[in-house]
Amino acid sequence: MSARDEILGRVRAALKDSPQVPQVPRGYRATSALDEEALIELLVDRLVDYKAQVTVVDTAEVPTRIAALLAGAQSYVVPAGLDTGWLAGVEYEPADGRRHLDSADTPLTVAELDGIDAVVTGSAVAVAETGTIILDGSPSQGRRAISLVPDHHICVVKATDIAGILPEALRRIDGTRPLTMISGPSATSDIELERVEGVHGPRKLDVIIAR
Amino acid sequence: MSQTFLGMPSLPVFGTGNLHASESFPKAAHRELGNAQLRANLGHATHTIRDKRLQVVSELPDWEQLRDAGSAIKESVMARLPELLEQFEKNFTARGGVIHWARDADEANEIVAGLIRETGETEAVKVKSMATQEIGLNEYLEEQGITALETDLAELIVQLDHDKPSHILVPAIHKNRSQVRDIFLREMPGADPALTDDPAKLAAAARTHLRRKFLTAKVAVSGANFALADSGTLAVVESEGNGRMCLTLPETLITVMGIEKLLPTWQDLEVFMQLLPRSSTGERMNPYTSLWTGVTEGDGPQNMHLVLLDNGRSAALADEMGRSALHCIRCSACMNVCPVYERTGGHAYGSTYPGPIGAILSPLMTGIQAEENSSLPYASSLCGACYDACPVKINIPDILVHLRGVDVDSKRGKKKIPTQMDAGMKAASWALSSGKRLGLLEKGLPLGRLAAGPDKKITKLPGIAAGWTQSRDIPAPPPQSFRTWWANEHRGPDPEGGPMPSHNKGDQQ
Ligand code: SF4
Repeated sequence: MSARDEILGRVRAALKDSPQVPQVPRGYRATSALDEEALIELLVDRLVDYKAQVTVVDTAEVPTRIAALLAGAQSYVVPAGLDTGWLAGVEYEPADGRRHLDSADTPLTVAELDGIDAVVTGSAVAVAETGTIILDGSPSQGRRAISLVPDHHICVVKATDIAGILPEALRRIDGTRPLTMISGPSATSDIELERVEGVHGPRKLDVIIAR
Repeated sequence: MSQTFLGMPSLPVFGTGNLHASESFPKAAHRELGNAQLRANLGHATHTIRDKRLQVVSELPDWEQLRDAGSAIKESVMARLPELLEQFEKNFTARGGVIHWARDADEANEIVAGLIRETGETEAVKVKSMATQEIGLNEYLEEQGITALETDLAELIVQLDHDKPSHILVPAIHKNRSQVRDIFLREMPGADPALTDDPAKLAAAARTHLRRKFLTAKVAVSGANFALADSGTLAVVESEGNGRMCLTLPETLITVMGIEKLLPTWQDLEVFMQLLPRSSTGERMNPYTSLWTGVTEGDGPQNMHLVLLDNGRSAALADEMGRSALHCIRCSACMNVCPVYERTGGHAYGSTYPGPIGAILSPLMTGIQAEENSSLPYASSLCGACYDACPVKINIPDILVHLRGVDVDSKRGKKKIPTQMDAGMKAASWALSSGKRLGLLEKGLPLGRLAAGPDKKITKLPGIAAGWTQSRDIPAPPPQSFRTWWANEHRGPDPEGGPMPSHNKGDQQ
């Protein structure tokens, strides 16, 4: 008998008492009633608690803000589908090799990514209550590797993409896409269960909330 | 050990691997209790996390509703397990993943080693995984000439120190910061001799140590926290980004997961991703969670394998009273609140799964007959703190009591002659069923005082009662029993069943 059939056989035999399948009580909150300002305020509070840097700007100011954050970076990578307007404030000299474009068709190697200082991405949805930003690999966010290897992640969150609580956010996205849920810069609680920021993922997370 | 079966398997089939102690809990606990440093480290860490957990849990107005939903979802997973496994298999396969089934630890190890060998590599990076701990994968791979590199900070500490994990979430919880620094200085090639014991500096040292490995690894081995049957999606919940590195950069990803980890639908994730981070690290959300559904072209590993592991889970499922132990999402809240764990630490439990959950899960998976695991259900004061903390409401105290019963029955069955325990219980029942008999026995109390000697302590009881005095002394019994004292104080009424003096008036206090 194959291992598969044998294990399924064991499981069926273990359930020979035919236990009842219970109705799942879903009395927990499925929606929150916060307005946009309150959502922004809550998200900022949570992200700051995780030691992320956050700024709230008008959409028109996003390019200036990105340019300011990239000022110290020798090089940066952006997904090919990023809103090009967002980079309008960054001085661009194709010859200086400072800007790198990445896509599934023309991916940078891991070694190349390792040599790049920063990454700029958009985001799919955010959760105010938990301070979580979800990337789903769509064109403005790119491959998972680009938001992982560079040490500085600059992430733009549109105010309209902020959900109050997790159930609201998960209902807005397609669970079969490659998803990364990000709540602050990388951290560990492995030494004496005290949280310290900065391990293998980006040690610096800058969030720009655009309204 | 894989067995060859002719026809239907004889049930239940128990698990193998790192689920057994090599000695009984009381013996191991006795030794660990002598380690004051261990106790100080554990006390500090568990108290830190308890406070954090309570605070983030109290923030959610619907915490109890989430627990109810989580508990019911898991109960339905167990009831529908065969169907959900088949559904998951179909979806995962349709998205380009390959499923392997492993009856036990040995079979799982062989599958993983074979898959790594196929890639031509002799090194794999690993994301912390309880399932691979349970099957002893690292040790097996080493025998096969394959290096498995742990990348989670606490696992790395344990691996560098050639030690064993003592906690399911923070395997190095028994080490404090200066011990970690010493391990790094001793075992990490190229560690900066000026390294301090500042946790941030220690984390940075781990980053440097592992960075090149991540960037060049071709194969990764992971566990999974959740698997969604309706889509074939897998989820890994982590903090450091080592998980993302392993799940994203290599060409081949091999995930090992117990068959009980399924959730029926995407919607169920909204419950568990609220329950798990708050219960485990006491955070509103863990820094990183990765979800992937088979292979995504151009993004992440292009060869995706999943080993579905039984290893005694079907045996646990067959125990109607105990099967809810399989609801466990390995958050570790139960051990963080456990007064026994806090003092003995995780090593005393002798299994990959320590603490209250380990005390039920290990014997359920290996069979209570497994000699060294039969003492585990007694490793508890039944205070109930674990049940209150458990995000999926596993009634651990109830299952402990159930397993104690199974243990007593199995021993009785084996020996066919009354055990000391049987004899003791009979005697107690004879004495306790009559006030007169009890009164008579209590006259013997002064004898106990004599036995205690001038330091008023009994340090060694005879027979099976010796277990009680193994790690504690008993104070000498009082000169008279409460009943005698009461009778003397209140004279009149007969303590053997006469009317009680009326003492209920509050104003008399
Ligand atoms: S038994 Fe409950 S509290 Fe303990 S680790 Fe499992 S889920 Fe967490």
